[in-house]
Amino acid sequence: MDKKLEPIVKAVQDKFGATYEEFRDEVHFFVKPDQIVEALTILRDEFHFELLSALTATDYWPQTAPRFHVIYQLTSLVNNLSVQIRVPLNGSSSSIPTATRVYAVANWRERELLDMFGIEFDGHPDPRRILSPEDMEGHPLRKDFPLGYEEPQFTFNFDEIDLRKPYAKE
Amino acid sequence: MSQIEEVSIEKFKHLVSERALTGETMLLNMGPQHPSTHGVLRLLLELDGEIIVNCIPDIGYLHTGIEKNMEAKTYQKAEVMTDRLDYMNTIGNNLAYVIAVEKLVDLDVPARAQGLRVILTELQRIASHLVWLGTSGLDLAAMSMFLYCFREREQILDIFELVSGQRMMTTYFRPGGVWRDVPVEFEKAVRDFIRIFPKRIDEYESLLTKNPLFIDRMVAIGCLSKEVALQYGVTGPALRASGVDWDLRKVRPYSGYEQYDFNVPTRTEGDAYARYLVRIDELRESLKIVEQALNKLPLGPVRSENRKFVPPPRSEIGVSMESLIHHFKLWTEGFPAPKASIYSAVESPRGELGLMLEGDGGPKPLRVHLRTPSFDNLAVLPQIVKGHLVADLVAILSSIDIVLGDIDR
Repeated sequence: MDKKLEPIVKAVQDKFGATYEEFRDEVHFFVKPDQIVEALTILRDEFHFELLSALTATDYWPQTAPRFHVIYQLTSLVNNLSVQIRVPLNGSSSSIPTATRVYAVANWRERELLDMFGIEFDGHPDPRRILSPEDMEGHPLRKDFPLGYEEPQFTFNFDEIDLRKPYAKE
Repeated sequence: MSQIEEVSIEKFKHLVSERALTGETMLLNMGPQHPSTHGVLRLLLELDGEIIVNCIPDIGYLHTGIEKNMEAKTYQKAEVMTDRLDYMNTIGNNLAYVIAVEKLVDLDVPARAQGLRVILTELQRIASHLVWLGTSGLDLAAMSMFLYCFREREQILDIFELVSGQRMMTTYFRPGGVWRDVPVEFEKAVRDFIRIFPKRIDEYESLLTKNPLFIDRMVAIGCLSKEVALQYGVTGPALRASGVDWDLRKVRPYSGYEQYDFNVPTRTEGDAYARYLVRIDELRESLKIVEQALNKLPLGPVRSENRKFVPPPRSEIGVSMESLIHHFKLWTEGFPAPKASIYSAVESPRGELGLMLEGDGGPKPLRVHLRTPSFDNLAVLPQIVKGHLVADLVAILSSIDIVLGDIDR
């Protein structure tokens, strides 16, 4: 672990009782969903992690507790450091407070997670799907969503496919 | 045919101002089929006369599920998907991917392969900036820029064709090295390019940099402050034009960038003109790196000798049983990666291109997340276009240099 990371690790551990893992010099914290906004605020204001580089999730289906990890990758430009925060979420109650007020970049990234994983962000200012159409059913990046082989619709076969697919009509 | 759904204002009520509901301001769709949106991007604009009150980007027209597709393929096969991500920076995407895989499985890369990677990635950066320069000139009605820029880009694509057989979707870099060594003509082709290109940059500058019409359209347009840029996760030339000296090649060197002497151009104005100047300077710096890397390019192998991850050369398969087994295992099963996750990032022409790669102990990744720079760079657009004219929106959009394949993935 980088020497400069040690005080940060200690502070987060003391404050939130967080556990951490280390792999190839990267530090991954694990915090609870209700602590995430506070943890991000402290890391941004006290430890200069100005940039939320990535905000994503992993689905561990068929495991249900936890089913998801929501992952926050933070970068400090001043100290040239990175940490990752992981928030385990259960499959049944997959909601987490929004980080939009801490990092504005979280707005679109959280919409992407809502769209792709169906993770709800409480208090999000604009909870709409971002990449898929509004009327789409399901969440494509979940592991129980099949990697589809959908037949493309063209003018010559539209009616034929249209008969088989009720949702394509309107 | 299916009915066209009537879009009601109800869906966008919380995004537009009250004046749009009374009809005082106008809602206008720009795109998705609009030449200056550089792809299929729809911008819903709320206009007061010609002044932009609100801008709501609508993305996803090019969503192809690249992340999901990569999760269904072995580590070697998933690489071809990265080419299709940001189609202006195909080689740079390959680099980001192979570096992430090498970090996950802890694989060494020979020095010659690293040198070749740097040369080709920097050439790709130049090609990408040339497309940006050409198209943003085109957006501001400087038609000839496009023709000049594509002339030089063609020369770079010819070099790619020489080394990989492909002009755009090369997949030339492989985990543990590159596909095969470059042909003997490679050095001459790159030297030719290094010789002519500085004069060509001067040519571009003589057409635009001091052109009063161009300056009128670019200076003090779309100002992005340092604080807003960081809040919205903007990276790359757009961040450096706002006065933040942050280039991953310099601060977290990968693939041997620490050996080369180059500057990171920064500006403090944060407007469209500053972003233009930063990219023009980057063309020169990239060329410096290419020249140094070519001079320093060592001889030796271009692929790792670690047979657990890198297939053996063709010549060995005929004489060694073990090589045959390795070859068979690697192409049927693939190699296993540990049950762990890593995040690695490289500097693409648009900013921080990061990969979150999570293995599950088997030959296929459990999760691949592509942190693409254009996605976050576009998210800041609504903040910086407010109060500008629609014509300025075109200049701002081209100055942040988005690629829709990079946004929608």
